[in-house]
Amino acid sequence: MTSVLTPELSAHWDEPDSFTLAGYLRDGGYQALPTALAMPPDEVIQTMKDSVLRGRGGAGFPTGLKWGFIPKGGDKPHYLVVNADESEPGACKDMPTLLANPHALVEGLIIASYAISAHLAFIYVRGEVLHVVRRLHHAVAEAREAGYLGADILGSGFDLQVVVHAGAGAYICGEETALLDSLEGYRGQPRLKPPFPAVEGLYACPTVVNNVESIATVPYILGRGAADFTAFGTEKSKGFGLFSLSGHVTIPGQYEAPLGTTLRELLELAGGIRAGHRLKFWTPGGSSTPLFTDAHLDVPLDYESVAAAGSLLGTRSVQLFDETTCVVRVVLRWIEFYRHESCGKCTPCREGSYWVVQLLEALESGQGSEADLDKLLDICTNITGRAFCALGDSIEAPVKSSITYFRDEYLEHQRLGGCPFDPAASTLFQMEHA
Amino acid sequence: MSLPEEVRARLEPDATQIIERYPRSRSALLPLLHLVQAEQGYVTQDGIEFCAERLGLTEAEVTAVASFYTMFKHQPVGEYHLGVCTNSLCAVMGGDAIFADLQGYLGVGNDETTADGKISLEHVECNAACDYAPVVMVNWEFFDNQTPRSARELVDGLRSGAGVTPTRGAARLCTWKQASRILAGFPDDQATTGRTAGEPSLAGLRLARAQGWTPDEDLAAERRSGGSAEPPAQSDTARTDTARTDTARTDTARTDPGSKP
Repeated sequence: MTSVLTPELSAHWDEPDSFTLAGYLRDGGYQALPTALAMPPDEVIQTMKDSVLRGRGGAGFPTGLKWGFIPKGGDKPHYLVVNADESEPGACKDMPTLLANPHALVEGLIIASYAISAHLAFIYVRGEVLHVVRRLHHAVAEAREAGYLGADILGSGFDLQVVVHAGAGAYICGEETALLDSLEGYRGQPRLKPPFPAVEGLYACPTVVNNVESIATVPYILGRGAADFTAFGTEKSKGFGLFSLSGHVTIPGQYEAPLGTTLRELLELAGGIRAGHRLKFWTPGGSSTPLFTDAHLDVPLDYESVAAAGSLLGTRSVQLFDETTCVVRVVLRWIEFYRHESCGKCTPCREGSYWVVQLLEALESGQGSEADLDKLLDICTNITGRAFCALGDSIEAPVKSSITYFRDEYLEHQRLGGCPFDPAASTLFQMEHA
Repeated sequence: MSLPEEVRARLEPDATQIIERYPRSRSALLPLLHLVQAEQGYVTQDGIEFCAERLGLTEAEVTAVASFYTMFKHQPVGEYHLGVCTNSLCAVMGGDAIFADLQGYLGVGNDETTADGKISLEHVECNAACDYAPVVMVNWEFFDNQTPRSARELVDGLRSGAGVTPTRGAARLCTWKQASRILAGFPDDQATTGRTAGEPSLAGLRLARAQGWTPDEDLAAERRSGGSAEPPAQSDTARTDTARTDTARTDTARTDPGSKP
């Protein structure tokens, strides 16, 4: 492969109408659909298994396997639910995908629904992105009018309806069972698993919940065959995906590349850290993934290598911070976020996030002590694995990793009786502000 | 203590339409709450009563849900809801400074509305636009790459009615109530207005085009060469050092070329 970047999902985002049906058709859209509909559903699932696509929403569970868990037969209806509740700090790939190419999601959704014998699918989109909601409604309406949705799609005998459902502001609804509770009209709180959604999901019926990017990748895989997907990536982490670079980088944005690309390579493409500064710390996959530093520039960004280096690939949400940034401030703000978003269902997360914020506030303002660092780690250890869902576990990631790499910086706050950093130096407009 | 008759008469058909979307009526609760918020600007006790009646729930059950989600407001919201992202990355890039400056400029605190009822200010969580940081949302439309100065100009424009356009959003900015109605599932006619993507969304694509990177042609070349992992003959497109580095790495990562088709 000579291509360093592999714009496939993002190949046509620079066209003024790529989000319309006409644009999508011109760019080769809806060509995978007849291919898939001509296959038995099991063969569609097998193709997805062969592609080794791992869920692009962060957890990385193989998509084809997930589809395969839907029980055959039975008298309950099956459902497909697209998780478009992107709200992990740092994650910013699904919203631009839906703005620019919502039909890729719709086509993937039809194929996925066909594979799992679902006749009603939901797109649960976060509510705080009005134009994305508009574009989704528009794409679904266009697809319906063109006969890609509704009864007897393309003469296949397969029927499918789609509902675009806007959330109302709750990070926890990105967790698949909390999303299902929310979609059922309840507070978005996670369910105990098992039973898993494949057995008892929406309305206690077999349900697949998939991330936007996973579903939007389905037309590529079904249209071209699994081999065209596995040709990209590493031995175990196949394919390509969107890497989202944000923060103190010269050219922030979306870089679609094979899994296994390193940050060093991505940074070269993105013009490096902003002029005159150097990389201090970064997240490989959003705020829920342990921090990396400039010692991790050459870690291949695939599931296995990132895990071996002590973090998680997550959603490939690469947030970059330079040496002007106070790590305590950044971690405190993330944990304030988790405290705010904790659904309150389980004690370790609800109470733990509260106490971690208290300790971090004291440390950031220079009122903490070295013993507080141990207390922080102790609390985190008692949250992880004991919380109801992954939100609780997320609290430990930035806290523990930041103490590992920047223990002295925490203590420096105590020595100085305050934060040693000037927040104005981290902003992108210090000149204007001066 | 109920919605006025004429309001009910207007909302009833919308509510029916929402409920009919779902196999079980309770799923309609979030969109119904967006709907009553669209009517009154926030979720009032009357709005809660309306939702409860339509879905056969108690008002307590509806309140429990309405109070869980941050987008449902429990006090009047201005014509424009201004959300400044102060999650870590936006905060560091300047969101904290923007939020502090706007509080002074507007004379309101967090979650408060200006006396003229025009603007409500709130700090919000990550809005999935980190590559456009610092981000400000107005009625949930993106205003990207803000500074304290641009944010002041933005609120000036909102107050004067000078016509403010989102960076990546509809050509015509909705009011708060209109936005809530779209979220209830009644979109306006603006889906095809506005940009496809902003520059950061295109960063990788533009670079790939400039460098002549064509993954599809790479795949075709691989197939022609019988599935060998050897890179295809080099095109006359200028290759950068980055490309060489990556090719070397990718090739070494492929420990099993025989598995290729």
